[in-house]
Amino acid sequence: MATNTQTEVVMPQMGVSVAEGTITKWLKAEGDPIAQDEALLEISTDKVDTEVPSPGAGVVAQIVVQEGETVDVGTVLAVIAPAGSEAGSEVGGADVGTVTQDEMPPPPATQAAADEAMAAASEGVGDVSQAAEPAQQAPAAPAETPPAPAAAPAGGGDNGRTFLSPVVARIASEHGVDVSQVQGTGTGGRVTKKDILAFVESGASTRATPPPAEEATPQQVSATPPAAPSEVATPVAPQPPPPAVPQAPAQAASTPQAAPRPQPQAVAGEPAQGEAVEPMTAMRRGIAEHMRRSLDTSAHVTSAIEVDMSKVVAIRGKLKQEYGTAYGVNPTYLSFVARATVETLRDFPWINGEIRGDKIVTRNYVNLGFAVELADGKGLIVPVVKNTEGLNLLGMARAVTEIAARARDKKLTPDDVQGGTFTITNPGGYGTFHGTPVISQPQAGILGTYAVVKRPWVVQDELGQDVIAVRPIMNLTLTYDHRLVDGALAGRFLRDLRKRLENWGESDY
Amino acid sequence: MAEMTYLQAISDGLRTEMRRDERVFVIGEDVGVYGGAFKVTLGFQEEFGPWRVIDSPLAETAIVGACTGAAMMGMRPVAEMQFADFVSCAWDHLVTVAAKQRFRAGTPVPIVVRLPSGGGFSGGPFHSQNPESSFAHIPGLKCVCPATPEDAKGLLITAIQDPNPVLFFEHKHLYRRIKSEVPEERYTIPFGKARTHLEGDDVSVITWGAMVYTAGEAAKKLDEDGVSVEIIDLRTVMPWDREAVLASARKTSKVLVLHEDTRTGGFGAEIAATIAEEAFEDLDGPVKRIAAPDCPVPFSPVLEKAFIPQVDDVVAGLRELAAY
Repeated sequence: MATNTQTEVVMPQMGVSVAEGTITKWLKAEGDPIAQDEALLEISTDKVDTEVPSPGAGVVAQIVVQEGETVDVGTVLAVIAPAGSEAGSEVGGADVGTVTQDEMPPPPATQAAADEAMAAASEGVGDVSQAAEPAQQAPAAPAETPPAPAAAPAGGGDNGRTFLSPVVARIASEHGVDVSQVQGTGTGGRVTKKDILAFVESGASTRATPPPAEEATPQQVSATPPAAPSEVATPVAPQPPPPAVPQAPAQAASTPQAAPRPQPQAVAGEPAQGEAVEPMTAMRRGIAEHMRRSLDTSAHVTSAIEVDMSKVVAIRGKLKQEYGTAYGVNPTYLSFVARATVETLRDFPWINGEIRGDKIVTRNYVNLGFAVELADGKGLIVPVVKNTEGLNLLGMARAVTEIAARARDKKLTPDDVQGGTFTITNPGGYGTFHGTPVISQPQAGILGTYAVVKRPWVVQDELGQDVIAVRPIMNLTLTYDHRLVDGALAGRFLRDLRKRLENWGESDY
Repeated sequence: MAEMTYLQAISDGLRTEMRRDERVFVIGEDVGVYGGAFKVTLGFQEEFGPWRVIDSPLAETAIVGACTGAAMMGMRPVAEMQFADFVSCAWDHLVTVAAKQRFRAGTPVPIVVRLPSGGGFSGGPFHSQNPESSFAHIPGLKCVCPATPEDAKGLLITAIQDPNPVLFFEHKHLYRRIKSEVPEERYTIPFGKARTHLEGDDVSVITWGAMVYTAGEAAKKLDEDGVSVEIIDLRTVMPWDREAVLASARKTSKVLVLHEDTRTGGFGAEIAATIAEEAFEDLDGPVKRIAAPDCPVPFSPVLEKAFIPQVDDVVAGLRELAAY
């Protein structure tokens, strides 16, 4: 394998269906100096005849494949050594020939970025996705992208697979999408705006995907902000190269390709005296974009209701011991609220629904998102518990505990943060009693739960007289998209939710 | 409302302003007794008399020079170039005097120069050009390129009441081919506000003048492919509606700029450059131009057809962009 100081010139992929190429002419001889991008040789494939530019500057250290020979795509054709080194002496013969995919060196300039992406990819996300994804993904790509391969521009046959148009790069960055995961339908398999929007809308990617990778490499992220989008998206990405089809160069290149678009926001002015400036993490950018987009999309209205939690407090006191001993699970207030919410949502499908185009989508299931603050207070993630309509109180408590723990331990898989239909946020841990959270798009509502506080409360005694009692009161807010949910509907939802919580019976779980 | 041809709508707008405002007069070659080469001012001399519908010598310099002087003295002249191509004789008066007078001396020059332009009828190199980009480049001049009868009337009235020199490019190919409902009363259409000729989602066409219809025909074919094309008719090339163009570019992310004028330095270049500058991060493909090649307009019908962008050319360009 060449070191960083040498660059191997390989037979390029001139269009997805091309597997081999013939060297028609060497334009340089061994020992000749060469500049980066200077034409080095001419090749001919069954799609196109073209010049191959030098991927590096220096001298032609070795020509491995001679004129007239036909070799597979990816085969090393020559080695470029830095100026001043001796020609023809340092290749270490063993590595010359067809390099295997995982040895394929990315261009030196992008080595760092590629390394980071790989490092990020291998951390943060357990094995879960690695096992499944690459196997389907990598080999599928060449097979499914044949339309319009011939249209790929000469001199960049794999351009279509790696070129990111400005809008695709921006959307990928905003949504933390690893573009290599997206099936391209454009020229030469290029990922189009439609492709990536469909990918984002399908929920295959969410803003919440970033944190594991991002958290795992904070320095790298801050040092190279433009690289963040691809890193962020890589949790599912670590793709072992496909065995036979030489797509690896394109994939290796796709990571740096995704990178070079700097965020306009990153061009901050010099800090004034007394100010400190830190780079915005990919996660923060993702949150910022999502929050803004949500406010720009939904007509946010918040309604609040006060709930007497006496019964829940009593039952929880009783269950705490039992659940703790038997299952090692704490029945938190949140799990009670979540359980009651899921039951109530059955009667209010629109609040569990979404506006999709000019249609309203409702479901017969509730995938409940829980907003989880990350440990350093610098991020937020919304893991989703799927099919909560099938969970009783114990199941809910267990699921919430489990997913929150995985969120904090950065063990979430991409699947864990996708497909939410309704969200609960719980800022009450700090004693706040009211808030107006922002809806997680494209959902129609978000429930806010706040601190349970003892308050003087007017109740009726057994004689029907008003008396003041001390009651544990919790405020709940429903922030809803008024485009879909009217105030009266939201009010009825909150009323029913309160009723469920205030009348919680021991057999209700 | 009344159904009018594009030509009738121009006559109607001109007549409306002449009836309303005594300062408005018409001057040009054969505009009086003959009623104009294209009969835009047919019957005008009978109605308004020879002092308001003036037959001039064959001297565009004199026509625009007279207009400029009259305008500076408070009149509202409307000059007709028999063909837009002939305006080059009046370049000095337009560019050096009319365009700069207000900046130089503070004197408004409210003249309108009507320019029958465009090809499609084998008029050859002297009777077919679309010189709007040359004048759009001159600060101080406004360039109007209506595509519909309703726009032609409303924009002409706006041009006449505008205190600055306005070049009003009337596409000859539309004169009697395009007919639609036009309000009979007086109305104006503001400069710098584009019209969405067709709403779509997948590819935008930015165009003006006769090419609006070429784009419309092409859009029908793309629609059969399942590609939804948006057509923005600029209406005025200077000032031009950047916001509308950028909004459409941001919406579809793929833009084709189409004009009948030749390619290099055509106004499409300005639009393409602006999109690249302002909407770069919204682009999902190269901003494409379709325009006439850089050569004089040929006489031969076959060659002229090859020269002026045709529906098939636009279809091919749109398909390429859609597939990109």
